[in-house]
Amino acid sequence: MSTSIIGAAVNRIDGPLKVSGAAQYAVDYTLENLAYGVGVPSTVANARVVRVDAGEAEHMPGVLAVLYHGNTPPLYRPAEQLEHSRAGEIRPPFEDDQVYYYGQFVALVIASTLEQAQAAADRVRVQYDVRKPVVLLSEAAKPQGPPRVHSSRGDAAGAFASAAVTIDETYTIPVEVHNPMEMHATIAHWQGDKLTLCVTTQGVMNYQKVLAEVMGVPLENVRVISPFCGSGFGGKLFPWPESMLAALGAQHVKRPVRVQVPRSMMFTTVGNRPLTRQRMRIGATADGKLVSIRHDVVQPMSMVDEYVEYCTGVTTMLYECPNVETRQDLVRLNVGTPTPMRGPGIVPGLFPLESALDELAVKLEMDPIALRLKNYAETDPSSNLPWSSKHLRECCQTGAERFGWAKRNPKIGSMRQGDEILGWGMSTATWHAGRGGATVRVRLNADGTARASCATQDIGTGTYTIFAQVVSDRTGIVLDKVQVVLGDSTLPPGPTSGGSTTTATVLPAIAKATDQAVQRLLEAALITPGSPFFTEDRASPPKLAMTNGWVHEVDKSWNSGVPFDEILIARRLAALEGEATTGPDMAAQEHYSFHSFGAQFMEVAWDPGIARLRVTRGLTVIDAGRIINRKAGSNQILGAVVMGIGMAMFEEAIYDPRTGKPINNNFADYLVATNADVPKLECIFVEYPDYHLNEYGARGIGEIGLAGVAPALTMAIHHATGVRVRTLPFRMEDVLGGERATIV
Amino acid sequence: MQEFRYRQAKTVEGAVRAGGTYLAGGTTLVDLMKLNVLQPATVIDVNPLPLAQLEALPGGGLRIGAMVRNSDLANHPVVKQQYAVLSEALLSGASPQLRNMATTGGNLLQKTRCYYYRDTNYACNKRQPGSGCSAIDGYNRIHAVLGGSADCVATHPSDMAVAMMALEATVHTQGPQGERAIALKDFYLLPGTTPDKENVLEPGELITHVTLPPLQSGTRSHYLKLRDRAQYEFALASAAVVVRLRGRHIERVRIALGGVATRPWRSPEAERALEGREATMENFRKAADAAMTGAKPLKYNAFKVELAKRALVRALETTTQTERAG
Ligand SMILES: Cc1cc2nc3c(=O)[nH]c(=O)nc-3n(C[C@H](O)[C@H](O)[C@H](O)COP(=O)(O)OP(=O)(O)OC[C@H]3O[C@@H](n4cnc5c(N)ncnc54)[C@H](O)[C@@H]3O)c2cc1C
Repeated sequence: MSTSIIGAAVNRIDGPLKVSGAAQYAVDYTLENLAYGVGVPSTVANARVVRVDAGEAEHMPGVLAVLYHGNTPPLYRPAEQLEHSRAGEIRPPFEDDQVYYYGQFVALVIASTLEQAQAAADRVRVQYDVRKPVVLLSEAAKPQGPPRVHSSRGDAAGAFASAAVTIDETYTIPVEVHNPMEMHATIAHWQGDKLTLCVTTQGVMNYQKVLAEVMGVPLENVRVISPFCGSGFGGKLFPWPESMLAALGAQHVKRPVRVQVPRSMMFTTVGNRPLTRQRMRIGATADGKLVSIRHDVVQPMSMVDEYVEYCTGVTTMLYECPNVETRQDLVRLNVGTPTPMRGPGIVPGLFPLESALDELAVKLEMDPIALRLKNYAETDPSSNLPWSSKHLRECCQTGAERFGWAKRNPKIGSMRQGDEILGWGMSTATWHAGRGGATVRVRLNADGTARASCATQDIGTGTYTIFAQVVSDRTGIVLDKVQVVLGDSTLPPGPTSGGSTTTATVLPAIAKATDQAVQRLLEAALITPGSPFFTEDRASPPKLAMTNGWVHEVDKSWNSGVPFDEILIARRLAALEGEATTGPDMAAQEHYSFHSFGAQFMEVAWDPGIARLRVTRGLTVIDAGRIINRKAGSNQILGAVVMGIGMAMFEEAIYDPRTGKPINNNFADYLVATNADVPKLECIFVEYPDYHLNEYGARGIGEIGLAGVAPALTMAIHHATGVRVRTLPFRMEDVLGGERATIV
Repeated sequence: MQEFRYRQAKTVEGAVRAGGTYLAGGTTLVDLMKLNVLQPATVIDVNPLPLAQLEALPGGGLRIGAMVRNSDLANHPVVKQQYAVLSEALLSGASPQLRNMATTGGNLLQKTRCYYYRDTNYACNKRQPGSGCSAIDGYNRIHAVLGGSADCVATHPSDMAVAMMALEATVHTQGPQGERAIALKDFYLLPGTTPDKENVLEPGELITHVTLPPLQSGTRSHYLKLRDRAQYEFALASAAVVVRLRGRHIERVRIALGGVATRPWRSPEAERALEGREATMENFRKAADAAMTGAKPLKYNAFKVELAKRALVRALETTTQTERAG
């Protein structure tokens, strides 16, 4: 067994397919007789559809059908009972004649070409009975009923009242949209009552269940294929209305139908990170010991579904503090349904927590790292369980050294580089670690290759490569002889790619399935005439092993044996397989609290004369257990930091209160970080394998890199400019002296 | 998108005679046709026309064909050396891909990025005269503080045109009535009550080229663009400065502002405040105040008044620094 492949910086095995354009994404499937569906989005946010006038559209060239509420049978609702059966929005499209948000599918035009469908969609006239939409948080009704989240330990209010030093501030994060490069898309193809779907998703199995439920067919009639995904960021965890419309449309026109969500509707009907307004009250002793934290969140929700952005969870576990109270309320707005976005809950929750901590540090004139270490949680204060593995202190120290933190002069505006003023900020990052169930099948083939398969998917994070690495690790078969097949619901059941759990979930199953296949091979080597290890001595056969792809006797060198395929050939087998199912270790979960940790350091440079502020440096130190693929791993962290720069500095969906339209619904007006906005970023892993989670000791790394970036940046901005940005994103208005007019 | 006729022009005269909407790089036109904002019946592709030459004129100055691509213009050695403000303005605009397509003529005639102009479900006097303005009471952070009217506050978004304003360019056209030359300062109209009429071109009039007058030796120029992110965003405020000093004395200066006005904004007020005076921070600030005296901020764009001043002051500082002499 070789170990070098685990932890190495391995190129993606699917890389050549991607850079050569050979990787097939959902809309790349060319099916015979394919028809194209184009949606008619609502142009109002709160209305009843009085009439859909499709007369002109229906007679345009190539048009096959115009579907809408009133001329189509209603779809069923997803049951949302089974473990995996969740739609992005519980209301299926066309369920009623109501418009709940701007950019909702009101009709679907199907035509023989995309252009014909688009042209006809422009000519569908929808008559609305319009009501005034409620779009801004400031216009929403007060939250009703009990809070959606409430937790309390100790007496937070009492401790706050008597605390020596207090902070009481409110922070706002606007709506952010996922907007992966590849837009949501579905091709639906019925053959009799069997439905095949070519899609882009973070969960083929969940997709399969939801579409079976919505279309009212048995699960086994639905097959979902998604071999490649042009990223999801959470927006593709669950199927959204376009998937159901493709299935409905294909059923109706009796042809395969493709529906791709246009970029403008990527802002309205496939989820978003909801706006959050968060009040943070912190009380501390004069020497910086936390005595009280209160975290209150108000978050808008759509009219048709419910999703709680669980911002307060992190507040209960990150720092040692005896008195903590959290509360979350929902209000309803005429906006599209929110959904998890990379780092849900924790990313928006850490922004106020870490910001308020910095405000406290400033007030106490205490170093922000020292303040954090002073309140270091040696065990999980929310559960009183020991951590499975926590090395946050080392992250802070390593990061501080590498970043040069000791040189930081805390005085505002005191650090210069040429004509610019530098600001340094830091933040703690964390993400919970988890592990679910997966079944993996591994085949050792007579042509000397191996194949691993599972109905999980690679959403761009490197899952294909990790499968190959583990098979290679346990067999010694070189990487490019390991084929990995994912993204197909007919494969052995695998996990949704969400919550940074895929790697931790699949590793044990791949290992076990591989070991099983190897075991069968070794057994075959002993009983197959023609095998060099064939023996009549059943009582004490030689002990065999597999190394570098060769079968050999355990106590002899690997090249004394034979390549493994020779055993299969001798036995006249095409292949031998192993299949294994592994799940979470329930006992471990009762004994340990599983989290990854990190420390993030950011630098900004401010040119006060022209109000120009740019990110100039970023360092992230991560404690996420063992890193399986160093290259894909740091790629995940650095990509997340870029997203964090977007969150802090640029991203904001701006809703027009009159119409409910996100008016910046394109990539020219919705700003994300460009290459020019991203400085050289660095990522360091402190590696302590977490064997309580799995035998490789790996936790997830997909989300944690985003967690502390925004608070570290706003802290850096404060350090440079003296301005505390509590409403994201930063805008140059913030440092121009006047009031900043925001629209929330 | 609406159905339209497509013609390729072979000659300038033929293009003008055909009568239709000209297609150059298409980065504005096609975008807006897809949104149904522009719905031309006939599109005349002017790409085959021989208008892509860039020549230094014998007596100094530059002649820029209407079809010269933004990238080519920005990277031309004469432009880089003598008209730095123009090169910098172009390179600050859009993205490399867009600049490779965008042309000189098209850039001058690009449309506003106003959210409401770009969406046919909104009232917009520029798109549909008389329908109203959705920006004045809407989210108007990117809108104009100078040159607006009760009917329109849309910003003219071009960076190139701002530089050309400061360079005192002339637009040359050929129309049904023949050729004419229009000083760029007279080319753009204020919105007034007719925001749909953006410039003095007659229907069917084709821009053939733009000329830049020569600059006296020792003239320096600079374009400074301020915005939220470092690239690929229109200006929130920008300043183009073309200046000649004698010692610390400002002999001649031309100033234009971008991102803050309904047209590329030449500021004679700022020029007057500087010409014949010393190049000092105090005078720069006075000039910036003069440039912005008439500003009428809206609910979300008040910061642009200060931002534009800062842009101008810094651009003046940069162009008059002694260490840059030569
Ligand atoms: C996402 C995005 C970002 C952008 N960012 C910036 C930016 O930061 N700064 C900036 O300055 N610009 C920016 N632009 C605008 C860009 O510079 C213009 O789209 C481009 O310059 C237009 O040139 P074109 O040749 O493509 O024009 P076209 O789209 O071909 O034409 C534009 C208009 O001019 C007319 N026209 C074209 N040529 C002639 C002619 N010779 N005579 C008469 N009429 C003519 C057309 O009929 C049409 O009405 C951006 C554009 C996009 C799409």
